[in-house]
Amino acid sequence: MRAFSYEKPANPSEAVARAAEVEGAKFLAGGTNLLDLMKHEIEAPAHVIDVNGLGLDEVTETEDGGLRIGTLVTNTALSAHPRIRRDYPVLTRAIAAGATGQLRNKATTGGNLLQRTRCPYFFDTNMPCNKRSPGSGCGALTEGAFSRQLGVIGTSSSCIATHPSDMAVAMRVLDAIVETVTPSGMTREIAVEDLHLLPGDTPERETALMPGELITHVRLPAPVGGTQAYHKVRDRASYAFALVSVALVRQADGTGRVALGGVAPKPWRRADADAQLPNGAAAVMSVLLDGATPTEENAFKLTLAERTLAAMLKEA
Amino acid sequence: MKFNSPVETNLFDDAKIIGKPTQRVDGPLKVTGTAPYAYERNDAAPDALYGYPLGAAIGHGRITAMDAEAARNAPGVRAVVTTLDIDPLEKGMNNVARLFGGNEVQHYHQAIAVVVAETFEQARAAAARIDVTYEEGEAADLDLDAAFRRVEGSGEPDTLFGDVDAAFRDAAVVTDQMYHTPGESHTMMEPHASTVDWSDGGDMTVWTSNQMINWNHQSIATTFGIEPERIRVESPYVGGGFGAKLWLRADAVLAALGSRAAGVPVKLALPRPMVMNNTTHRSATVQRIRLAANPDGTLKGIWHEAAAYCLPGGRGENATAQTPIFYAGETRRVKNHVLDMPLPETADMRAPGEASGLMALEIAMDEMAEALEMDPVRFRIINDTQVNPSDPDIPFSDRHFVECLERGAEAFGWAERNTSAGGRRDGDWLIGHGVAGAYRGALVLPSGARAILDGGKLIIETDMTDIGTGSYTIIAQTAAETMGMSLDDVEMRMAHSAYPVSSGSGGQFGAPSSTSGVYAACMALREKIAGNLGLQDPTFADGNVVSGETRMSLSDINEEVSAEDAIEWGDFQDGYAMGTFGAHFVEVGVHAYTGETRVRRMLAVCDAGRILNPVTARSQVIGGMVMGVGAALSEDMALDRGRGFFANHDMASYEVAVHADIPDQQVIFLDTLDGVATPLKAKGVGELGLCGAAPAVANAMYNATGIRVRDYPLTMDKFIDQLPSI
Ligand SMILES: Cc1cc2nc3c(=O)[nH]c(=O)nc-3n(C[C@H](O)[C@H](O)[C@H](O)COP(=O)(O)OP(=O)(O)OC[C@H]3O[C@@H](n4cnc5c(N)ncnc54)[C@H](O)[C@@H]3O)c2cc1C
Ligand code: SF4
Repeated sequence: MRAFSYEKPANPSEAVARAAEVEGAKFLAGGTNLLDLMKHEIEAPAHVIDVNGLGLDEVTETEDGGLRIGTLVTNTALSAHPRIRRDYPVLTRAIAAGATGQLRNKATTGGNLLQRTRCPYFFDTNMPCNKRSPGSGCGALTEGAFSRQLGVIGTSSSCIATHPSDMAVAMRVLDAIVETVTPSGMTREIAVEDLHLLPGDTPERETALMPGELITHVRLPAPVGGTQAYHKVRDRASYAFALVSVALVRQADGTGRVALGGVAPKPWRRADADAQLPNGAAAVMSVLLDGATPTEENAFKLTLAERTLAAMLKEA
Repeated sequence: MKFNSPVETNLFDDAKIIGKPTQRVDGPLKVTGTAPYAYERNDAAPDALYGYPLGAAIGHGRITAMDAEAARNAPGVRAVVTTLDIDPLEKGMNNVARLFGGNEVQHYHQAIAVVVAETFEQARAAAARIDVTYEEGEAADLDLDAAFRRVEGSGEPDTLFGDVDAAFRDAAVVTDQMYHTPGESHTMMEPHASTVDWSDGGDMTVWTSNQMINWNHQSIATTFGIEPERIRVESPYVGGGFGAKLWLRADAVLAALGSRAAGVPVKLALPRPMVMNNTTHRSATVQRIRLAANPDGTLKGIWHEAAAYCLPGGRGENATAQTPIFYAGETRRVKNHVLDMPLPETADMRAPGEASGLMALEIAMDEMAEALEMDPVRFRIINDTQVNPSDPDIPFSDRHFVECLERGAEAFGWAERNTSAGGRRDGDWLIGHGVAGAYRGALVLPSGARAILDGGKLIIETDMTDIGTGSYTIIAQTAAETMGMSLDDVEMRMAHSAYPVSSGSGGQFGAPSSTSGVYAACMALREKIAGNLGLQDPTFADGNVVSGETRMSLSDINEEVSAEDAIEWGDFQDGYAMGTFGAHFVEVGVHAYTGETRVRRMLAVCDAGRILNPVTARSQVIGGMVMGVGAALSEDMALDRGRGFFANHDMASYEVAVHADIPDQQVIFLDTLDGVATPLKAKGVGELGLCGAAPAVANAMYNATGIRVRDYPLTMDKFIDQLPSI
């Protein structure tokens, strides 16, 4: 970890103003991801702006019957929130499937969306990684490399990392909207769908946020109803990232929405795949995973995704 | 004390303390956080500075240059020692790669520098500033499967008896399959850690986390070329070892070099990401097992050939360890190949040999039982042996494998098991049941202790370690029992190089050996007390020494009486095969759609001689079973075959079993006594619980699904294509 300066502003506008002023500044929320990355020197911000003093830790009702979640609401609090449990159960289940109790107590809503990949080559600074050090090559794409956990779709020849969040997959299936304050003090909205970028030739660019842009809230539209489920598949029963996860909202008439985790650089959902839900898991996956480019080690994720959805559809 | 013949009856047959459930005596220290672990010796070395290691960034090759200027000038830094600053150090016992010095890189994360600074953060930050230039070694072929095929059939068999070819030609049923076990990391909670005071380059004190005080002591002397008398080693608490801490490792070496360079005590713990590649691991194995059987189920032949890798001069896993001896059978051919590969160092991990060997052999036994259309419990019973099959003149000292199977089958409800693939379901979960046999050798080593009676207190001094197993407790129980005193009268002093040399902890030899050594010392103390008091053949009971009309309280003996002795093992034991035995029964659920597998219940029945303390013994066995679940379902050191290192080097990605993976666990100890094994008629149990646990899971998965997976860990990617279509 490199030495850094630290401050804890009292309101969002001060936070973004400082982020705009100080070069190489980073926001610190729960710290469960950022501090790890700093210890490994995968990230080395010169200045850390602690956002824990900004308020932004409430869940409020919106006019359209949805919810507005402050970015600092912890994963534990969000998953346990009565309205979330009642009206957005896929979100409760997704959050509870992630990490551990201790981590969820610290992890925040915005921090969770912005957590970085768990690609083992990204985490080992001795290894080439285009995301961590652009142009150095992709450690996971060389002959004999370990790629079992990595992405099968939406990836590129520069990077096959996945976005590891569970919560984000549920947010995606619920069409959540991220509210931000830009460095110039303007507020704007970004659909969760548009928050994460595909790697292309620039895997170091991960989100649509500008440097120094602060997430203040995440908004959930009015409840969509239906039967909601989240199935996370992993080798051990807890404390492991998803090999594949499926978030599902299914209406009584068989229509619905489906998003995948563990397969792509962002929560993976397509409207035309949603449209196939009445036709079953195979029909959905033939669209949703169309164009997949798995490695030999992770090709099983394609079968696994389809079978997982099939199991859920049988229940739903 | 020379252990020269099997014990008949002795004082342990009327035991009041040994064999009774006893909570660990060091428990309160541990749960209050006051047990001093190696990295927290603020009591002994309050001024210690922080050391931080740097590991090599390549699989193998050479370092051509190191620039440590920036690190030396970094804030708080007091010393930097790079591997180019010193000649290669001598190698201690069983160190295969050198621990430090010189320009050669033999494996990934081999230690190449140590930084000493005033804070941990400063040391870590400075270590990252060291600039290293490498020349990478030639890419090596790291395909163990291919290497096995190249050597298969070559070399003298390790065990060969009977006409194996004829047996396989004439047998009614033959099975022949390949099995794979992956590299496994010990991944104990406490990483390798040491605090070392070598401030003046003279005498050295090492507060470390190590299973073997004496080996460590000798190895430090060899490594640094100094007299053992100038070195003091202490390791009172060890946060798990599983074999990873049998040998001297880089933590102590770097702390010593850092201490000498900085002129202050230095503490250093290996960062978790270095543990997997810097230290040792259990090598992967490839195994081919052929079984030949008669229609009645008796085995005609066992043919087991295996391979493992290691660095040149090292030891790989010998997965055939149990095969010569575990089951009956007319003929046998066994061969293990150890193949050189430039990978991180391999060495012992809990039940070295048997753990991996049984993972294959016990699936093979299941496959043969099925081919014979025979109950796998019955098939194993039929092939029990009471003698060493390769040398029938050698009987087992005490073997109750059949009883383990029978008791287990009864307690588990084996008769009501699932009998067809997909035959039992719980929602989407396919339920299956599996059994496997367990065998682990019962090794003993010489072990010494000193017993001191001082004002009614009994002090035991021995360099024996407690690696979380309960040694403090069982040794105190042994001492109290032998002296007829109460547990509260005993003060334990262990794991210090000033104390008599013990067996140390490893290979499940620690408990039987060290308790025997303490028994020897206490018997010597009894003799001394009797001599001092002029008593003939006194008995020691209830805190008194009694002979005829004389009865004296031990607390009334004013001057200190001290005696030292060691147990030495007589040759007569060579006339016996000594082992521990068990049977594992497991119920699993395999998700019919996703292939996720979860263990639903587990039972182990163990035959390991007298159980010294059912509380700590049970902990050992269930801990072994947990490790078996990890081995079966998730543990896998992911080899990057291009770079020659293990890529999943942290606890988030090397997946040991977590709480949620572990269901109800039951352990039954058979009430057995082995008078050939030790004076206490006890054998080790610390590794037995692991042996056979993983293949019981594998067999249960087969029973549930009808899909046989022979490649561990048994993750869904290996069989999802064979699950019923949806
Ligand atoms: C061992 C381990 C296992 C885990 N397992 C799982 C799992 O199974 N599933 C899962 O989903 N997650 C898992 N996690 C990840 C965990 O969920 C994330 O670390 C956590 O959600 C991050 O939230 P945080 O508040 O701690 O973020 P921080 O670490 O504080 O920040 C993360 C990033 O977000 C930025 N940031 C934070 N808040 C804002 C804001 N308001 N505006 C702009 N930028 C911001 C930070 O600058 C930083 O770049 C695991 C983590 C660990 C360590
Ligand atoms: S997959 Fe992406 S994150 Fe992983 S090594 Fe390649 S570039 Fe880096």
